[in-house]
Amino acid sequence: MTGVEEVSRQRRRYARRHVSARIGLYVAAILAALICAAPFLWSLITAFKQNRDLYNPVNNPFLFNRPPTPDHVTYLFTDTAFGTFVVNTLLVGVLVVLITLAFGLPAAYALSRLDRPWSGPMAIGIFLVYLVPPSLLFLALSRMVVAVGLQDSTWSLVLVYPTITIPVSTWLLMGFLKTIPKDIEEQAMVDGYSRVGAFLRAVVPLAFPGIVAVVVFAFTLTASEFIYALAFVAPTGQMPVSTGVPTQLIRGDVFFWQSLQAATVLVAVPIAFVFNWFLDRFVAGFTMGAVKE
Amino acid sequence: MATTADTATRPGVTTGRRRMADRDGVLAWAFLVPSILYIVALIGVPFVLAIAFAFSDVSAGDPSFDWVGLRNFEAVLDDPVFWRSLRNTFLFTVVSMVLIVLLGKVLANILVADFRGKWVVRFLVLLPWTTPVALSSISWLWLLDSIYSPIDWVLRQFGALGPAENVYWLGRPDLAMGSLIAVHVWRLVPLAAVIMMAGLMSIPKDIDEAARVDGAGYWRRMFEITVPLVLPVAAIAALFGAIFTFTDMAVVRVLTRGGPNDATQVLASWAFYRGIDGGDVAQGAVIALFLFPLLLAAAVLILRAVRRIEVR
Repeated sequence: MTGVEEVSRQRRRYARRHVSARIGLYVAAILAALICAAPFLWSLITAFKQNRDLYNPVNNPFLFNRPPTPDHVTYLFTDTAFGTFVVNTLLVGVLVVLITLAFGLPAAYALSRLDRPWSGPMAIGIFLVYLVPPSLLFLALSRMVVAVGLQDSTWSLVLVYPTITIPVSTWLLMGFLKTIPKDIEEQAMVDGYSRVGAFLRAVVPLAFPGIVAVVVFAFTLTASEFIYALAFVAPTGQMPVSTGVPTQLIRGDVFFWQSLQAATVLVAVPIAFVFNWFLDRFVAGFTMGAVKE
Repeated sequence: MATTADTATRPGVTTGRRRMADRDGVLAWAFLVPSILYIVALIGVPFVLAIAFAFSDVSAGDPSFDWVGLRNFEAVLDDPVFWRSLRNTFLFTVVSMVLIVLLGKVLANILVADFRGKWVVRFLVLLPWTTPVALSSISWLWLLDSIYSPIDWVLRQFGALGPAENVYWLGRPDLAMGSLIAVHVWRLVPLAAVIMMAGLMSIPKDIDEAARVDGAGYWRRMFEITVPLVLPVAAIAALFGAIFTFTDMAVVRVLTRGGPNDATQVLASWAFYRGIDGGDVAQGAVIALFLFPLLLAAAVLILRAVRRIEVR
């Protein structure tokens, strides 16, 4: 009798502890999400506010004290260069990703699968290149950009951004390539392909998940770069989103707050969405690149 | 190699080209050289140029190169704003790195757990990191506005501020620095959490389970398995974060432009201000060059960490 009571009491205690741990987890998760997303939620509310509502310090800033208006979001698309910024960013992003893959994929293959004696040190060398920051190079690079005649052009960014994306993408791709069994190439070569053919037709398709992850990662890096874009490109029509929005939606002392916040949310949400889709692959890629088998 | 079989089955390709494509040594170089050239041309050359500029009189108006020796260094070292930037850079880096590592660990623990609605939480949590920094800083600029900040409004509701009072988050030197650090931490904690998740997931499950069967408790497993196994990867990640923070200027540039009165100026923003806004390329180069010693130290530390991983 007492034994049974003891057991049931312990079972209840376990259940209670389990429930409180679950509640704690949910509270922590919701709190973390709220803190991280707070500025964006605030942006979202702001974007649809009327001026008379927004610029009244007595109003509750979290509510619509006057009916919401889409005017400022419309203004963003009709009266500013926001569309141009987005097109520029997409153009730079796509081209940089293509250049990155064209250079990084063969390099990663050479370093991870061709078994040269120097491949270890070389891989670390490429990894270390990623450490050289834009803030150390932007002055010299801005003179070089002038020298090749690309100043004030979006193309200067296409030229320079791969210096950021090639090292890190090579590193990530090495991680993915290491997981593909060596027999694959040998089999392909027995089947009549050269080494290059085996690489293109057997290895690259198998590395596809890694390539997709690298594409998203390189694009995100490119879209958020700030220093080079600020230093190289001054004309409005050539700017990407990351410098266009903060510099062109502010005229002197006048901030177009609602349009600015709308722009932020419009850029933030799609990138975060795509990134989340591929997050597990990044996590896998980071680990495979860093840990030797 | 299967060269003969190749030419037999695919006669369209000449034998010479086949052999070239089959020699691993040649191929390795052919695959690697384009990347190396790109990196040398657009990182190596500007790096050397940056050092050369520091000893020159190059400016935006007069791009011709004349050697002036240490004059720029003297000018920069005599400038009190430079010393303030240097001090701010260290303060900014150390304080934000401590916070990022601690909060990143907490966030990683939340994100590895299983719960309903995880996708939405993960999406919201990663927003600060995936959004271009200039845009998220714009959100914060509005959130910390001197008159319309909703934080001030809440404080006013609780009576912590008088009816028409404001905090001026970005207008007072100490508060401005605190605000910048808060924004930077907010932005990088998700990245730290993702890297820590990667580290946690790389631990083979059986080691943890074996220890659990042997009766090791949570903290014991944490300090005798998790921490030692994750440490090398975590060390590399932390060094990257530190370098990134040390050399970053985006948050400073958008939120305060180094103000009020250069109270929040960091080395990178000060170099940008002198070199691009002010047009004094040479002095800007000198300021940026002060980032280099730390970079070198970090590179050495990372090499050591990598070697430890390889030994294991």
